[in-house]
Amino acid sequence: MKVLIAKPGLDGHDRGAKVVVQALRDAGLEVVYTGLKRTPEEIVAEAVQEDVDVVGLSILSGAHVPLARRVLEGLRAEGAHDVRVVVGGIIPPRDVDALRALGVSRVFPMGTPLPDIVKAFQGDLA
Amino acid sequence: MREVKAHAGFPIKPVYGPEDVAGRDVERDLGRPGEYPFTRGIHKHMYRDRLWTMRQYIGFGTPAETNARFKYLMAHGQDALNVAFDLPTQLGLDSDDPRADGEVGRVGMAIDTLADMEEAFAGIPLDRVSVSLTINGMAAPITAMYFAVADEQGAARDRVVTTPQNDILKEFVARGTWVYPVEPSLRLVGDLIEYAARHYPRSNPVSVCGYHIREAGCTTAQEMAYGLAIAAAYIDMMVRRGMDVDEFAPRVSFNFTAWGKIFEEVAKFRAGRRLYARMVRERFGAKNPKSWMFRTLIGGGGSAFVPQEPENNIVRGAYIALAAALSGAQTMALPTYDEAYTIPSAKAQLIALRTMQICAEEAGAADTADPLGGSYFVEALTNQMEGQILAEIAAVERMGGIVDAIKSGALQAEVARQAYRFEQALASGEVPKVGVNCHVADGAAPADPEVELYAFDAAVAATQVAKLTRVRRERDDRAARAALARLSDEARGTGNLMPAIVEAVKAYATLGEINRAMKDVFGEHKEPVQW
Repeated sequence: MKVLIAKPGLDGHDRGAKVVVQALRDAGLEVVYTGLKRTPEEIVAEAVQEDVDVVGLSILSGAHVPLARRVLEGLRAEGAHDVRVVVGGIIPPRDVDALRALGVSRVFPMGTPLPDIVKAFQGDLA
Repeated sequence: MREVKAHAGFPIKPVYGPEDVAGRDVERDLGRPGEYPFTRGIHKHMYRDRLWTMRQYIGFGTPAETNARFKYLMAHGQDALNVAFDLPTQLGLDSDDPRADGEVGRVGMAIDTLADMEEAFAGIPLDRVSVSLTINGMAAPITAMYFAVADEQGAARDRVVTTPQNDILKEFVARGTWVYPVEPSLRLVGDLIEYAARHYPRSNPVSVCGYHIREAGCTTAQEMAYGLAIAAAYIDMMVRRGMDVDEFAPRVSFNFTAWGKIFEEVAKFRAGRRLYARMVRERFGAKNPKSWMFRTLIGGGGSAFVPQEPENNIVRGAYIALAAALSGAQTMALPTYDEAYTIPSAKAQLIALRTMQICAEEAGAADTADPLGGSYFVEALTNQMEGQILAEIAAVERMGGIVDAIKSGALQAEVARQAYRFEQALASGEVPKVGVNCHVADGAAPADPEVELYAFDAAVAATQVAKLTRVRRERDDRAARAALARLSDEARGTGNLMPAIVEAVKAYATLGEINRAMKDVFGEHKEPVQW
């Protein structure tokens, strides 16, 4: 499995994203990290170019719904229907269903133990 | 016997005694509170003369909403402000910029022009209330707006006390609100320090933050080491620019956290004060004792707060307040118990303020200077922390010094490694967290908020954009354009950019326009990702 961990939008908090990158690599996954402040369009382009199976978005600013929507729409527009999108960060419980309804495969809200995230990636992320 | 380690990595013994502080020279290493090297605090009587300043971090939505929250907390005894700006503002984007979509007014208040700053501080006398501005990449223009509002209010310039964070180096390591490459970013830091020292002499034009680097994952000793190294880089830069160290060093301030083990935190600050005093006096030759003083805000620590059983975070906050008081903080600010979920509610903000007030007024934490001084444990720990901090500073030197370590991304990589190590320690239970990895109640419900979630008002962006459009229409456009052209011209030179920025701000140029005028010349930072 190949994963792109991405920081969309303007949020500069990358501790969580970098921890997940290291944990997934230790678990044997191939992981690409975008760095900070990528637009949804840049993330879609990188996901397609790198031919990843999963895009993990890390968002702590509160703008997760519009940003996830734009990434999902972009992937569909590129025909990348099989690329799954997961979201982690400060995601209030009330937004989890909204993200799932957009097509996000899994949401990892604050407080999710790291081993649970790794296990989810090792499974089918359903 | 159970093994215990400090967050800095060294083992903690079950008992300490005289043998652990043998060879200590009380006069040389401790002195008295208010005396060099200030190990025991920077004031003779500490809080008996003046209590720490209480400065909760506030800002959300429009300037008008934020202004109302300022006034609410001031009515409950908060005596100073600490302003949060939204991400577009922190990155120099106007509220109608496509990249600001979804972010306007989210994590702080939106500021597009001087008109917003006027509204944010309406009815707040800037010659009496001290205000810190959590702004870095855009510190120069935002502080210029703040100074302009103070001038409009008729505040005497030597009565204006503001602390723009203006610490761009830590933004490259943690927090990420950089815009320009490292060198022009540093130039702007220096321009603001110089301009403020000469025109608003009681302002604190840089607040060096170990805090955010710790929140990004580094250890206690690294937090202090990186903070001191960054402070040294700024002082060195200002001296090279031709300023006398005593002309600005008395107004250099700091921002650190204290969320860990209480005694280790106290030792960190005692060691940090001693190291800073020696560095500024011996290495930089400062003669004014005020230049030697490590004045710091202590607080925050949101990373220690968890969503599980969120009310427990109130207790964690009380221990942070106690650690900060025992550490000799000049200013305190606490995270709020709902911080793991949401923008703080008014109730959560009030509890945080009350926590600090109870610590000061009821718990006796403000009665005596350096109450832990002389403890075998704390004195031994202070020496151990000092050694560890020096070792971390040496490690930074091996990376080429703090600026090169940041340019190459080596420092960021080290912080990320530490963050991962900490997360593994949480997962294994090596670092205990009540309600998370120990004492977890059987059948406990998954994270249940029971907190009032901030209702983000989607109309904020529209309100902000309408106001921005009106300001652009009503201003003297020729004056604004001329000021922006002058700013671009001067950015190509080497002089201080603050006068041109002030002129642009007063002509109601927008933050986005001011940013662009500089970005066209400076270009943008490319993040080094060492993976």
